[in-house]
Amino acid sequence: MPQKTSRRLLFTLLGWFVACSLFFPIFWMFLTSFKTEVAAVATPPQLFFRPTLENYVAIQDRANYFNYALNSVAVSLGSTILALLLAVPAAYAMAFFPTKRTKSTLLWMLSTRMLPPVGVLVPIYILCRNARLLDTRIGLIIIYTLINLPIVVWMIYSFFKDVPKDILEADRMDGANTRQELIHVLLPLALPGIASTALLSIILSWNEAFWSLNLTTANAAPLTAFIASFSSPQGLFWAKLSAASTLAIAPILIFGWLSQRQLVRGLTFGAVK
Amino acid sequence: MSSSLAVEHHNETPPTQKRNKRQVATLPLVAPSVIALLLWMIVPLVMTVWFSFQRYNLLNPGARKFIGIENFTFILSDPALWNSIGITIILVVSVLAITIGLGTLLAILFDQDFYGQGIARVLAISPFFVMPTVSALVWKNMLMHPVNGLFAQFTRSLGLGAIDWFADFPLLAIIIIVSWEWLPFALLILLTAIQSLDHDQLEAARMDGANALALFRFVMLPHLSRAIAVVAMIETIFFLTIFAEIFVTTGGGPGVATTNLAYYIFLRALLEFDVGGASAGGLIAVILANIAAIFLMRSVARNLDT
Repeated sequence: MPQKTSRRLLFTLLGWFVACSLFFPIFWMFLTSFKTEVAAVATPPQLFFRPTLENYVAIQDRANYFNYALNSVAVSLGSTILALLLAVPAAYAMAFFPTKRTKSTLLWMLSTRMLPPVGVLVPIYILCRNARLLDTRIGLIIIYTLINLPIVVWMIYSFFKDVPKDILEADRMDGANTRQELIHVLLPLALPGIASTALLSIILSWNEAFWSLNLTTANAAPLTAFIASFSSPQGLFWAKLSAASTLAIAPILIFGWLSQRQLVRGLTFGAVK
Repeated sequence: MSSSLAVEHHNETPPTQKRNKRQVATLPLVAPSVIALLLWMIVPLVMTVWFSFQRYNLLNPGARKFIGIENFTFILSDPALWNSIGITIILVVSVLAITIGLGTLLAILFDQDFYGQGIARVLAISPFFVMPTVSALVWKNMLMHPVNGLFAQFTRSLGLGAIDWFADFPLLAIIIIVSWEWLPFALLILLTAIQSLDHDQLEAARMDGANALALFRFVMLPHLSRAIAVVAMIETIFFLTIFAEIFVTTGGGPGVATTNLAYYIFLRALLEFDVGGASAGGLIAVILANIAAIFLMRSVARNLDT
């Protein structure tokens, strides 16, 4: 028994050391956001200081944070809902009624995700310009939907594959039609999986920083672009940068923490049998 | 698994006719996704091919004309292109090795029972939720900065000099940043994979006198192989096009030390406005990505049958 306790203490020490090391950059950024610009670059680095909110106020003066945040929310949610609407029926069909082509279709879908975005940057830019979708939320929503669609189909497919076949067979014997089967039997069973898929899609859209930087300027720019506006090399406003960064990651970080258990389960069901 | 398959076969044989009818009805369900992705893939790709055979500079659009394979011969003879391909490969392989290797070890660690494990796990996976521009700026300005960065202040306080990460080890700095972002992802998936392992099986193997190394090699690793394949697949997709981290920290420099293929094409397209050259480079990137994809797809396809 004492051996077991010391073992537990050792793992506690190790586990917390790893966790704190990984989290440290975020913690330090959070701390810096409450310092004055002078304190932020002080030598030696200050762990204890008089906190100030001046950076958060300064950011509000410089740029309308809530407009960027609203763009991020609209684009992430919009693209996720659209991707789910497309993916759920497709994944259902492929998981339960596979044909000879199902496997290659799935793999082909995943391969579209491997198309390097820079390879099609110029055509997409020109297409968006011609369709008047540059710097619009709709434009970003369409692109994020298409980017995330393969992963969303793939994940939901794997969740559907995990649904015990016996339940569906029994239901079919009772004479349920396809729509009843989908809505009353399958969706409740696969809902945790669909939720974690949606979560992953939201996180990926929220953090996407290639198309958002290249296709938006002011109107539809999400938080990734907001941060980029602080990254100009002239002037080292570290405290303000920290405050801006904290605001940009706070919603998704809290979101991620709250639904962490579901996310873990979701990602793993997709990966592990 | 084999028993459930047997049951399925037994049940499925009788209502053949009904099944077939359903199978036809499900085709329209797949079509929207397939058509959307087909358009997304083919339209820009055809345009890229079209542009790649033209002299087309956005600064001088009037001089646009068909020039055959000139863009390709020019780009393929550019040493910077081959350098960027090498850097892309180094980035992908090293970050994959770090995140999967460390991720497996950390997953085993977090599988152990310890005090405050839940909170520790939340802290450990947090970097995955941070957007790449923020991660890169925090590491660049607050940790790796040669004057005010914490690393420099720490090494100087020990009497050692400070490392100017982005001047002396730029590629290593990028590798560290990207690894920090993606280690939590590998940890997250592998941890849950380990937790789904039948612990009775582990116990039985331990009873039979297997040591920790043998347990890892013959019980844990085979169980994890599928999860590792999926982690590698998803990560490779993202690592082939690492962009924001380079954009924010080094801008591809110093020189071309951190210019990967994605950044090389970006420089051609948006700094030189060379649509033709950028498109030719884009096609090369697509071909390379496809080579990587084929290898990956094969390993994934093997797992898809179950």
